[in-house]
Amino acid sequence: MKSSRLGAWVALAIGAIYFLVPLIGTFEFSLRMRRDQYSFDAYAIVFADPRFQATLGYSVMMAILTIIVGIALVVPTAYWIELRMPKARPLVEFITLLPLVIPAIVIVFGYLHLYNSSSFLPFTANERSTDVLLVCSYVTLSLPYMYRSVDTGLRAVDVRTLTEAAESLGAGWTTILFKVIFPNVRSGILSGAFLTFAVVVGEFTMASLLDRPAFGPYLQLVGANRAYEPSALAIIAFIVTWASMGLIQIFARAPKGATAAADRTT
Amino acid sequence: MPFLEIESLQKSFGAQTVVHHFEMTIDQGEFITFLGPSGCGKTTILRMIAGFEIPSAGIIRIDGKDVTRFRPNQRNVGMVFQSYALFPNLTVAGNIGFALKVAKRSTAEIKSRVEEMLHLIKLPHLADRYPRQLSGGQQQRVALARALAGRPKVLLLDEPLSALDAKIRVSLRSEIRALQRQLGITSIFVTHDQEEALSISDRIVVLSEGRTAQIGTPFEIYNFPNNRFVASFIGTLSLLPALVVDARNGRLSVDGQDVVTNRPLNGAAVGDAVTVALRPEAITLQPQSENRNNLDAVVEEVGFLGSVIRIRARLNDAVLSLDMFNNPNQPPPELGARVALSFSQDDLLVLDAAVAAA
Ligand SMILES: Nc1ncnc2c1ncn2[C@@H]1O[C@H](COP(=O)(O)OP(=O)(O)OP(=O)(O)O)[C@@H](O)[C@H]1O
Ligand SMILES: [Mg+2]
Repeated sequence: MKSSRLGAWVALAIGAIYFLVPLIGTFEFSLRMRRDQYSFDAYAIVFADPRFQATLGYSVMMAILTIIVGIALVVPTAYWIELRMPKARPLVEFITLLPLVIPAIVIVFGYLHLYNSSSFLPFTANERSTDVLLVCSYVTLSLPYMYRSVDTGLRAVDVRTLTEAAESLGAGWTTILFKVIFPNVRSGILSGAFLTFAVVVGEFTMASLLDRPAFGPYLQLVGANRAYEPSALAIIAFIVTWASMGLIQIFARAPKGATAAADRTT
Repeated sequence: MPFLEIESLQKSFGAQTVVHHFEMTIDQGEFITFLGPSGCGKTTILRMIAGFEIPSAGIIRIDGKDVTRFRPNQRNVGMVFQSYALFPNLTVAGNIGFALKVAKRSTAEIKSRVEEMLHLIKLPHLADRYPRQLSGGQQQRVALARALAGRPKVLLLDEPLSALDAKIRVSLRSEIRALQRQLGITSIFVTHDQEEALSISDRIVVLSEGRTAQIGTPFEIYNFPNNRFVASFIGTLSLLPALVVDARNGRLSVDGQDVVTNRPLNGAAVGDAVTVALRPEAITLQPQSENRNNLDAVVEEVGFLGSVIRIRARLNDAVLSLDMFNNPNQPPPELGARVALSFSQDDLLVLDAAVAAA
């Protein structure tokens, strides 16, 4: 008993060191811009850089659009599969996992091949339509996270019986979706949304190859040309990601009644 | 005029037919129970009436209107589920008012109807609770109120009490029945608990393997079962092989002993082998009197159940159960004792030969 507990602590310590040492090192380095003295100068420079604001703003915008499109695509799909085609679930799960297996660069080359300016669907012809293509590719990229979170949420409630109960009370499909399904898989949708946010905000390959001014390529650019600022950016990106994770925890743990109570006041 | 009419309803899943030619008419305000063993098709018939399953053949009419092809949300049929199925994101009041909200009634109307329903189910103080904050019995009462709030034409209940413990089951079933009487709503209640069915129904439909075995009042079903399935499914019944000695006068030979029945012989002729049946409460150990049958038997088992003592007695090649009331002044017979079983000529059922063979 005692030795196993000791083993657990040792494992935890090793994990923590593995994880924290580079982080602390990066943080410490990001503070050393001013000679002989710790300062937040690197952060000040980063925050003052108009490209930082522009690219982060752009990526946040893309992330929000991705989340909206992703929810609109995934929730009804997952719901329908749970309700009417449970046999198709393994297939759909496999498909949603593909983006984890196929490298982003392969996907994006495929896009460029299909949608270049001389193709019959020239998505890359102008910036707006390239943005559309980028959102679509982000939806694909975030599919594994979104689908899994929503599916877990759906399985936690008895979707089928709730649907039938609502139907027998006179509700149509839209009412069922918005009044019964969405509110009850809220925490699943939210955790999918935050994961998507974390994935999209730092994404490099797609944005870079589609030549869009996103935060990922900006990180890479700064990283290649500056000394201290990349560390500061890394820490900032890290905080953004962890804030997303923290929000998942908060929303996932909130008791159902409490989130539902919040629902009613809005 | 019948309120709910079901004509030769049939349902197959793939090659398997689970409901065969189900026919029934139900009057307004009647309380009907579907009773039968697991898998006999009770839920399937109920779901066809609710609109969740499309019949393979047949017609369902509610209040004169053919609703066979209607979607569930166009039928105005209330449904109560075994698992309650309350919306977890809505309060008790939100759940009860759901149908009215969907129907876009005014806030004031919804509020007053919800209050009325809360009073009917005797939970007026729980309007703002969430389902998970309620006990199972309370949740099911809320589910009942939710199903009734929109004034449905028919109320369907699929084993609504199965998830509850015994005490609440008994009190809630009489509450459901009282509420149903008060509102006069036509209801169909599914159960596989015969005591439940006997205690609350106007009429019982006994189902077996997707077919109707018998439809009748609890009194008829219990006392005059049409066939062996109904006879053995409802209550305890001892089955005995017998030979017809005199068809005209109902004289039979059971275990080599002569008995007489006043019940119909269902067309059996002299020399035919038939199955006869006896309820445990029909038999006494009191000494014989006029016009009663007597069978000599040996006591094989004595079970003390409290107010009732159940005794198993053996004939040469059959076993009979009988019940006697517990009486401190009259101890039950000893094991192995020879006793005379006495029962009325009216209580000896002769089961339909064809069905008995099945
Ligand atoms: N969707 C379905 N697909 C295939 N077979 C089904 C389906 N639903 C029901 N069945 C079959 O139909 C038969 C009747 O089922 P049903 O659920 O109506 O029984 P039940 O009388 O309600 O039983 P229980 O008391 O166990 O609830 C069963 O043999 C069942 O396997
Ligand atoms: Mg059933």
